[in-house]
Amino acid sequence: MSTATVQDKVATSASGRAGIEMMTITVRVKRFNPELDSAPRWVDYQVEADPTARILDSLHKIKWEQDGSLTFRRSCAHGVCGSDAMRINGKNRLACKALVKDLNPNKPITVEPIQGLPVLKDLVVDMEPFFQAYRDVKPFLIAHGNEPTRERVQSQTDRDRFDDTTKCILCAACTTSCPVFWTDGQYFGPAAIVNAHRFIFDSRDDAADERLEILNDREGVWRCRTTFNCTEACPRGIQITQAIAEVKRALITRRVI
Amino acid sequence: MASGAKGARGTLYRGREGMWSWVAQRVTGVLVFFFLFAHVLDTALVRVSPHTYDQVIGTYKNPVVNLLEVGLVGAIMFHAFNGLRLIAVDFWSKGPKYQRQLLWAVVGLWAVLMLGFLEPMMQHTFHEWFGW
Ligand code: HEM
Ligand code: SF4
Ligand code: FES
Repeated sequence: MSTATVQDKVATSASGRAGIEMMTITVRVKRFNPELDSAPRWVDYQVEADPTARILDSLHKIKWEQDGSLTFRRSCAHGVCGSDAMRINGKNRLACKALVKDLNPNKPITVEPIQGLPVLKDLVVDMEPFFQAYRDVKPFLIAHGNEPTRERVQSQTDRDRFDDTTKCILCAACTTSCPVFWTDGQYFGPAAIVNAHRFIFDSRDDAADERLEILNDREGVWRCRTTFNCTEACPRGIQITQAIAEVKRALITRRVI
Repeated sequence: MASGAKGARGTLYRGREGMWSWVAQRVTGVLVFFFLFAHVLDTALVRVSPHTYDQVIGTYKNPVVNLLEVGLVGAIMFHAFNGLRLIAVDFWSKGPKYQRQLLWAVVGLWAVLMLGFLEPMMQHTFHEWFGW
């Protein structure tokens, strides 16, 4: 079983024995402690790393073995919960999905907080404005009329229409990769539009017009300048720019197809 | 083992073709706007006095302004073609999927037309500089 082998390898390499060639990498972290620092500062850490392991493992090593004050969010460590979006080597990624070998480990690997949300400490940002925009698009099923006695039936074609945008894990990698959001924190941002798209194009939902009207706002979908940074950053591979364009077209034609 | 802190500026976001073409679209758009501004002013001079107008336009006949003109043509052409690409991204259902190929088409078309324009536009300057 291939999964078992991978597990074994990681286990051996962590103890520094057998097979895997470990390497010393420099992780350059942009740190900020509001109680001590007046401005953020870059700090270099040397860590032994397995090239096939994730940069999250290196952050753990730094926190557990070198400097316990290093602060970052993570929960699942497997790309599911969306806690650990960071700007790694200049791009937004999940630390738990970025492999050391893919990050040009011969040079210092930079790790900094995602941009456009207030930094609370080190790599932890205040996600509240992000979640507020998410809540504002009413990300839940709104259905009028009689409640069915069984499930709300939907054809496979209708389900496929919005399949891509169901995959979002609300990590904020997209919204904080957007140059428009960096300069205008009021912009709803790609993640909110993705999650609106998920219901606008759901045949079981009756509130498409309501959501479209919310995104017709001057801080809504028209702020998008199609830089594709969001699409490139999304760890779930969601075609975000395309979803945003579909919402723009639905607003112009007033037709949801 | 914390060491060597260097300046606290963040890194430049490593966006790809989409981000840089947006930067170029904005820069060329602003350039074209300022050209248009100057152009409205110098053309308005004709109402003040046709003679002054001729004098001002006459000062444009030198290699430096000629190079600026070539730059302007380049800026407008990129802006216009990439503008059509952006319209395709928003309104053609396959636009987002092919945005990168569309950009290379824009750049290719731009390069071909620029090469074609260079000779007729810079004849005078080439003559002055190299005696061609
Ligand atoms: C040749 C015809 C033109 C076409 C097809 C065109 C098309 C476009 C398009 C599609 C955009 C992108 C808008 C967006 O990202 O939302 C744009 C941006 C821009 N255009 Fe034009 N444009 C043209 C001429 C002009 C002219 C004459 C000016 C100046 C007076 C201009 C100034 C700008 C500026 C400043 C931007 C940047 C806007 C931004 O980045 O948000 N454009 N253009
Ligand atoms: S759309 Fe992708 S990048 Fe944006 S919040 Fe959802 S999972 Fe993260
Ligand atoms: S820690 Fe859960 S997505 Fe990375």
